[in-house]
Amino acid sequence: MTANALPSRNALFSRNALLSRNALRAALPAVTLLLLLGTIFWIQPRAMTPFGINLMLNLAVPIVLATMAQLFVMTVNDLDLSIGGFVGLSACIGATWLNQTPLLGVAALAACILAYAGLGALIHLRRLPSIVVTLGMSFVWLGLAVILLPTPGGAAPGWLKSLMAFKPPYLPFPILASIVIALLVHVGLMRTSYGAILRGFGGNPQAMRRSGWSSLRATMTMYALAGLFGVLSGLALLGISTSADANIALRYTLLSIAGAILGGCEFTGGRVSPVGAVLGALTLALAGSALTFLRISPDWQVGAQGAILIAVLALRAFVVRKED
Amino acid sequence: MMLKALATSAVALMIAAGPALADTADKRIALSNNYAGNTWRQTMLQSWEKVAKDAVAKGIVAEATAFTTAENQVTEQAAQIQNMILQGYDAIVVDAASPTALNGSVKAACDAGIVVVSFDGIVTEPCAYRVQVDFKELGRKQVEYLATRLPKGGNLLEIRGLAGSSIDEDIHAGILQGIEKHPQFKIVAAVNGDWTQTVAQRAVAGVLPSLPAIDAIVTQGGDGTGAAEAFRIAGRPTPIIILGNRQDELAWWKQQNAANGYETFSATIAPGIATLAFWVAQQVLDGKEFPKDIVAPYLTVSKADLDTVLAATQPGGVANVEYSQADAQKIQAAK
Repeated sequence: MTANALPSRNALFSRNALLSRNALRAALPAVTLLLLLGTIFWIQPRAMTPFGINLMLNLAVPIVLATMAQLFVMTVNDLDLSIGGFVGLSACIGATWLNQTPLLGVAALAACILAYAGLGALIHLRRLPSIVVTLGMSFVWLGLAVILLPTPGGAAPGWLKSLMAFKPPYLPFPILASIVIALLVHVGLMRTSYGAILRGFGGNPQAMRRSGWSSLRATMTMYALAGLFGVLSGLALLGISTSADANIALRYTLLSIAGAILGGCEFTGGRVSPVGAVLGALTLALAGSALTFLRISPDWQVGAQGAILIAVLALRAFVVRKED
Repeated sequence: MMLKALATSAVALMIAAGPALADTADKRIALSNNYAGNTWRQTMLQSWEKVAKDAVAKGIVAEATAFTTAENQVTEQAAQIQNMILQGYDAIVVDAASPTALNGSVKAACDAGIVVVSFDGIVTEPCAYRVQVDFKELGRKQVEYLATRLPKGGNLLEIRGLAGSSIDEDIHAGILQGIEKHPQFKIVAAVNGDWTQTVAQRAVAGVLPSLPAIDAIVTQGGDGTGAAEAFRIAGRPTPIIILGNRQDELAWWKQQNAANGYETFSATIAPGIATLAFWVAQQVLDGKEFPKDIVAPYLTVSKADLDTVLAATQPGGVANVEYSQADAQKIQAAK
């Protein structure tokens, strides 16, 4: 009797523990963000107004979009080192063609998304390491952006500027935008059956192929989505800064990877969390503000940002280790 | 009645007695700087530190802190400016990473009632002030000086700066204007020296074998000794090289002058222009009106004051001049 009861009790116990650890793991990005926000509001009460939140977070919207782009590529176990240059190119197209001849602008942006899908196909078919291909492409995107806009300038289309300056009645726009992006990607990738299949290619590509799904199509879909969100990120950035510069978003490559990882994504296994990644991107965007308000010398700020990142990852590793 | 009049005049006297403490004693000014990795920027930050500390000690402003972004990235500087808005600074002085990409943040600052003054790396947003030297004039002056030294004209080598920057375009345009006026000069080759001696030396050495006799080199500063070194190694006679006030350039001039009476012309923007931007911000906060585009003189070093300037300039530094409140007031009066 007892011999029979024991294992089932153990199983039950570990299932409960697993649940709570998973919950803990999922809550970690949210807890980090709340802690950071609390610190900021405490030091700088002026930030606790819709105006303040808008100012602190409006530059986070393009980072959130770039992080989503990175997340799509990460889902199929790849890494995109060209997203920063690509976002810059999108912003340059937006500030020139999209503004002067909207049709040409839309066509060029669509071509960029197609090029991304093509890149996915190339990486998949030739079995090339994505890091090398995208690193190479980062110079191509930057080069195209410099050709298009040799000196900083151009102008954002009026509708884009007013969209990014939009003030909804109850929630600051950056927060509303983050919620919409998080929900959209979460439902698409985590709650639909094709989303599960796409993630499956990150987890066990062989099994997915054996069940008759095209892995080429999955890779191309993910890269096309990454391209789409990269374009959106460039346009959002352009709407805030009102004009473009080829070098405007080079930092986004690393920010997007860090944001995704901070939000609980893994480099392999198709283990991603769109909501977590959005929170991670917001955390990274806010970390700079918090450090400035704390009056930490800029010489130390990069180091401090890195320390925050390592601390959160260490905490997660601690939680995950307990799981085993 | 009498008492009240007395009190009023006493108040008036108090206001009149302390013009330096005037209305800006409780104002806070921040410097947003995007890069600190070369000697010009280091000298600029030192100048700011010196003048700002003095102004705070004298009670002219409450605070004047310098912030440098950790990486030279436009998005980071935009976030930095937005944080400054939240910190409630009354004025922001900017050396901008991009003339255009910060416009959104600068506009947000203006809308929040903050005075924005850009210098050196200026911003195009109309609500901000721009403190700049006339780089076109600087280019023109080079050719004009050469016309006095070489009335018959000759072959020029042009060393340009960082491709794509507005400063490079302006100096280049000024040189072309000068040549239009003095058509006896001809640019036989142009290279990019990136305002850096080592880059300039490599670039000049690369084209030198294919060049005819060069009579003079027009430059943008920070590239003079590199060019001289390339000519020396190639065993060609040293042409008249225009210099840009860097300590190594001035030292080279002095040494050449002692050896063979070498004469040239040296001018560039003084890093202390940051302090002029500081005083303009303070004066605007004090309610004074300024034109949005303010042209400051560039700094010229002549043979006569070569020794004194060289003695005052640290190795690896740039000849510098700091501005005072009176200088800003002079500009305002000249408006």
